[in-house]
Amino acid sequence: MATEQVISEEARKEIEALFEHLPRKQAACIDALKVVQKYNRWVSDQALVELAPILEMSPHEIDSVATFYNIIFRRPVGRHVIYLCNSVSCWVMGYEAIRNALKEKLQVDFGMTTKDDRFTFLPIPCLGNCDHAPSMIVDEDLYEDLTPEILDEILAKYE
Amino acid sequence: MERPLTEHIKNDGTALTLKEYEAVGGYQGLRAALKMTPADVMNTVKDSKLRGRGGAGFPTGLKWSFVPMGDDAPQPKYLVANGDEMEPGTFKDRLLIEGNPHQLIEGMIISAYAIGASMSYIFLRWAYHEAAQRVLVALDEAYKAGYLGENILGSGFSLDMDLHTSVGRYICGEETALLNALEGKRANPRNKPPFPQVSGLFGKPTIVNNVETYCNVPHILAKGAQWYIGLSKSEGGGGTKLYGASGRVKNPAIWELPLGTTLREIIEVHAGGMQDGYKLRGVLPGGASTDFLTPDHFDIKMDFEEVAKAGSRMGTGTVIVLDDKTCPVGMCLNLEQFFAQESCGWCTPCREGLPWTAKILLALEEGRGKPEDIDHLTFQTHYNAPGNTFCALAPGAMEPLQSALKYFREDFDEHIHNHTCKYRH
Repeated sequence: MATEQVISEEARKEIEALFEHLPRKQAACIDALKVVQKYNRWVSDQALVELAPILEMSPHEIDSVATFYNIIFRRPVGRHVIYLCNSVSCWVMGYEAIRNALKEKLQVDFGMTTKDDRFTFLPIPCLGNCDHAPSMIVDEDLYEDLTPEILDEILAKYE
Repeated sequence: MERPLTEHIKNDGTALTLKEYEAVGGYQGLRAALKMTPADVMNTVKDSKLRGRGGAGFPTGLKWSFVPMGDDAPQPKYLVANGDEMEPGTFKDRLLIEGNPHQLIEGMIISAYAIGASMSYIFLRWAYHEAAQRVLVALDEAYKAGYLGENILGSGFSLDMDLHTSVGRYICGEETALLNALEGKRANPRNKPPFPQVSGLFGKPTIVNNVETYCNVPHILAKGAQWYIGLSKSEGGGGTKLYGASGRVKNPAIWELPLGTTLREIIEVHAGGMQDGYKLRGVLPGGASTDFLTPDHFDIKMDFEEVAKAGSRMGTGTVIVLDDKTCPVGMCLNLEQFFAQESCGWCTPCREGLPWTAKILLALEEGRGKPEDIDHLTFQTHYNAPGNTFCALAPGAMEPLQSALKYFREDFDEHIHNHTCKYRH
């Protein structure tokens, strides 16, 4: 049975362009995983298999890199990812109330994706925005000085 | 009071463009440096008593001097800016990168000239999306203006610079782990020696410095080492320092102040003291991996020596404040859960000891604590001490805990005896 190709021609070209200034292809491993994720949202087993000959690494070597890093996803994620800072300054400033409010609104907890595939909800270490704690990032957008009351307005921006 | 690193950062939150940067003296430090020999640039930085701003405080010029020089030196040499900034409670480098990316780039070019590097990377944490965009714009401007690329300003010196955005993990801030990440590998720290100055990125001589460290360099070259030393109130180092505060203070922010400003001035004057209804119990003076200090220590200077004498570290200089309505045990739990999660798993004391520590603290918070847990926690602070672990992550993780056991012991005991956390009710 033929398996469907998950790394598109476009993505492959983008990965191969990374090799230009590098002494060896393996050095592009992390950036290659980012490219896969940009197109596919996450990195599937099949993606590792297809990446292996491109990077001249084994799928398992690539997996050891993929599973090491916080924001390379080895499981499917929703259309949008919420990264709520759970580090110390945000914790002091009331992160738990934000987590509980999001849990209630999304009906999922950390590490889970909403039933409609709209949001994946993740904890994240310090976002470097401690003077405006609590903070979170949705996709690439930073939100600060969070209160439970302003969460609806933020979530409404993401369909 | 002079604030060379931040005085030109705009209030409207946008980055200085190349033109704006040049209009306030930008790239004059580079022009001065290119008229000097690399050895003279290095000596100027040595004389300035600039010390690394990433936390360890190693003298910058001395670090550079370990790089092999001359025609026989291995090529290419690399220069890397550590902009990982994942130390919880730390948010100073983001201000510098977002506010004035050219200052960082100029500092890196001068530093690369001093060590003879031909390739350089800005290693930036993924969460700094805005900073990444601004760096890319600034790099483009710098290339077009001839500050980067071949034969910079007709000097014969050539340098390329690229941005690498990371994909997370606190350990990437450790310089050898950072180099593994740049090579596309798992970010496990490397054994030292060899030190990166001799064998770093792809086995070539490499200098890794913190973003704030590089931002000092253009000013040192433009105005001289003696001027730079005069900025400081500390015997042990020159220049200003970006200090910050977060937690329940009135005005959490970052301020550029003379190195050696007292902790009291930072908290009471710049941070505006505590919010109404809150009292200060302690501070982590320089990020999550530093020992607590208490108000008894507030008259010490925030520099490398005096903070160490008081039993802590200046670290990143960004203070995290513990107030009287926040549980010190809960704060330690939050910190140890972070360190346990971010351990790279390479060495046993860290991989096993940190989750163990976090579990004991969770038990205390949930009212399941036992008297012997204090002994276990104390054991962990010794088990994960410097010398027992592969890198500084686990010893750093123990700093807030060992000091909390010293200064807030009654809170730990109360959790155990009362089987509850009083701050939660």
